[in-house]
Amino acid sequence: MMTDSAAPPSKPDVRPMTDVDWEKVLRSGALAGLMLSFIAAIGMVTVLDERTMIDPWLSLGYLALVWVPVFFGFTAASEPTPDGGISPVKGERDLLSGLVTGALAGLCFSFFIVLIDTYDMTDIFSNLLPRLVDLLTFDRGIGVAAAIWIVGCALLGLCGGAAQVVSARVKRMLSWAFVGVAIVAMLEAVIIDLSQGLRVEFVTDFMYAKNGGLTTGAAIILGAIFGAAGFQSSDKTFDQRRQERMSQPKEVLLRKNMVAAGVAILAVIFVPMVVGGLTNELLANVGLFVLLGLGLNIVVGSAGLLDLGYVAFFAVGAYTTAILTSPLSPYWVPELTLDFFSWEDWFWKGWVIVAVVLVMAAISGILVGTPVIRLRGDYLAIVTLGFGEIVRILFLSDWLSPYFGGAQGVTNIPSAAIGPVEIQGTSSQSIFYLTAVFVVIAIYVAWRLQSSRTGRAWSALREDEDVAEAMGINTTAVKLTAFVTGAVLAGFAGMIFAVKVGSVFPISFKLLVSIIILVIVIVGGMGSIAGVIVGAVVLIGVLGGPTQPGLLQEFGQFKLLIYGALLVIMMLKRPEGLWPSVRRQRELRHEELNQDAWLTGTPGTDEEEDDA
Amino acid sequence: MSHILQIDQLRKGFGGVQALDGVDFHIDKGEIVSVIGPNGAGKTSFFNTITGYFSPDSGSIVFNGLNIGGHEPHEITGLGIARTFQNVRLFPNMTVLENVMVAQHSRTSTGIFGTLLNTRGFRKEEAEIEERAKEILSFFGQRLKGYRWDQPAFVLSYANRRRLEIARAMGTQPELLLLDEPTAGMNPRETAEMTELIDRLRTERGITVVVIEHEMRVVREVSDRVVVLDHGVKIAEGTYETVSTNPDVIEAYLGRPAEAGSA
Ligand SMILES: Nc1ncnc2c1ncn2[C@@H]1O[C@H](COP(=O)(O)OP(=O)(O)OP(=O)(O)O)[C@@H](O)[C@H]1O
Ligand SMILES: [Mg+2]
Repeated sequence: MMTDSAAPPSKPDVRPMTDVDWEKVLRSGALAGLMLSFIAAIGMVTVLDERTMIDPWLSLGYLALVWVPVFFGFTAASEPTPDGGISPVKGERDLLSGLVTGALAGLCFSFFIVLIDTYDMTDIFSNLLPRLVDLLTFDRGIGVAAAIWIVGCALLGLCGGAAQVVSARVKRMLSWAFVGVAIVAMLEAVIIDLSQGLRVEFVTDFMYAKNGGLTTGAAIILGAIFGAAGFQSSDKTFDQRRQERMSQPKEVLLRKNMVAAGVAILAVIFVPMVVGGLTNELLANVGLFVLLGLGLNIVVGSAGLLDLGYVAFFAVGAYTTAILTSPLSPYWVPELTLDFFSWEDWFWKGWVIVAVVLVMAAISGILVGTPVIRLRGDYLAIVTLGFGEIVRILFLSDWLSPYFGGAQGVTNIPSAAIGPVEIQGTSSQSIFYLTAVFVVIAIYVAWRLQSSRTGRAWSALREDEDVAEAMGINTTAVKLTAFVTGAVLAGFAGMIFAVKVGSVFPISFKLLVSIIILVIVIVGGMGSIAGVIVGAVVLIGVLGGPTQPGLLQEFGQFKLLIYGALLVIMMLKRPEGLWPSVRRQRELRHEELNQDAWLTGTPGTDEEEDDA
Repeated sequence: MSHILQIDQLRKGFGGVQALDGVDFHIDKGEIVSVIGPNGAGKTSFFNTITGYFSPDSGSIVFNGLNIGGHEPHEITGLGIARTFQNVRLFPNMTVLENVMVAQHSRTSTGIFGTLLNTRGFRKEEAEIEERAKEILSFFGQRLKGYRWDQPAFVLSYANRRRLEIARAMGTQPELLLLDEPTAGMNPRETAEMTELIDRLRTERGITVVVIEHEMRVVREVSDRVVVLDHGVKIAEGTYETVSTNPDVIEAYLGRPAEAGSA
């Protein structure tokens, strides 16, 4: 296809040292310096310093800075191959680029430190506290600190540059080691919890320091183990392996999926028994958002309706439960308790409440859905956003406060029970089990609908609404079905939430909740059941929910910043999500595939393969 | 015998443009009628109005004795009129088989509850949907068979996309099929094959066909009758021979001697 490939430039064996794109290095260095200063200025370093990752020398605060020179060193050293050109040979220039980028970043940052050390700017930037200066100067003089930052950043930048040079295998080894150690450090609370449950405290006594954080020895050993694993790991990417898995015969795949589901169910049953309250709390929160995510996933992922007012149905479920069960509510039905199962009494009243929640959520889904469903795209998003707020404000209003209690909400929601197990808000373990029941229901619903007449109609709707009409699909009805199904799942989540918290307040149902659920779906992978679970684990488990703390609870006030950053990175680098559905992956890799096909000359007319 | 589709004085305008200006049209069961005319004559608008995408300004569209003017597109599909689009509009990320399966929506009925309860009726219907989709695809010989079933529609070649669009329209189990330039962009061999296929739609499937076509060879071979539109007005109607020698038609095509010439 390349017409005149007359004289390609002679291929240099090693790029000469001097062949550095100085402009790019300068830009990257300055950017990295700004990034470092930004992270410090917003107070992240000070706050995150509370959390030790590796005792005694690496806190989460420093970690929040350390990645910057490495990353910018890496990108500064990279060189996009011009289309069809010869890929430049990696070499010393990459190292030099990384080194200089890092040094520049260190220089800029030192300047920033000097600045905040000299001038008191706490009036404007409330986070520039003396504590920050102490942290950034390592309690030493400013000159020493500057030297440390410049040399340190240069070395880190060098590491970034080196990552461009070393073989893929070494790169894998290092990244596995780093990520592995980071994850184990992050999971500290859960692992300690687990080891106590299993009565093997001596392991964690060795692994983690008294004041928190991995011990240096444990970090080195873990790094070695993960590094070795990474070195041995196959060079296939996650997606390639997934592709291979998917191309297995259907029966094999089904059997493997069955086994995986079995293992997952056993884990769901037994893990909460072993671990303590803290892990169970995390699990319960994750479960709740998995449930919400699965519901929204049907609306947004399957049917392609961008609903920004999803929290409304969550609120309806919670308030319905509260009003029926709280003795303080005017509509209290004393006969109805949240008993989901009992050997003696065959009338399981809990399910009556579930049924009422289902009906109320469905009705509100129809009420909100009917007027907005004909709108498309952005208009739908804006209008649903409005409706979501209206519902919250109705619950908050004085006008309806005789029923919903206004800002005071409805309190004293009693505990639920599955047989002899009492489900109390205070016992996260029991809440987790209740959540798990409904998550299983939701997974079943989502999975069954996927390959059914309804599911196919949703897909068609998402791909081309006009054509879907021409295929005989009543798009209004089908959209409403998606809306209502999603609403019902959110209603169930609301019911669990009411039991968990023991009271409901309008403040719990802010727009932010809708957005976080949406981010879970997007980051996990739209239209993918596994994706929603992955998304909820990563976002709610690690960073935390709207009010619930996650594993890295120190992030607290920076949670939304990280959410936003994550969303941007995902959109740029992996728009199909962490664990995409097959269809969505196709869709977003669509163009690439077509292009490849064009380059190899396959499509167009199908003359060659016609003669079968 | 009354006509399967009878259209009287159909009008549709867009601001200053009168896309359809009092068109009379009819077709009998088992007929194949071609609609021809220069670019912008209103052919696609004619289809869009029949299938409910545009609601007519005036005039009547009677299908099997029922006035369908102003009905929703999905209702009209349900009544038995299917169509393809001039600028192929498949569901690109759904598989070939799914494209044909989803088209059977109006002929099937299982709702959410049947699906969730995995009722016997649901399973039976799913099996039938798949069966019928495969059967329809086999109408195209080896073109859309075997490994192609599970390929996403976007990987198909251009000609195969056109074929799949027809297959999908057949999935709605129509009595009347409207094809908008089914051979556009095809090479001569594919065009010849498509010509044969249109004829087989009638003989093997009993489907009545209206086809918009620019390729005069195709028009000559498939049509029982030809209708010529120009500026939203029907300027001629009759067999291919009478129409192609009609001075009005030749004049409408003037400035485009290639097509008039091939006539
Ligand atoms: N949705 C619309 N809005 C405004 N004008 C339209 C619309 N659809 C069609 N028209 C106008 O109606 C006239 C007929 O267009 P139509 O697409 O039906 O022509 P056609 O015969 O199918 O032409 P072609 O051979 O190019 O496909 C044109 O002038 C066109 O601009
Ligand atoms: Mg047209």
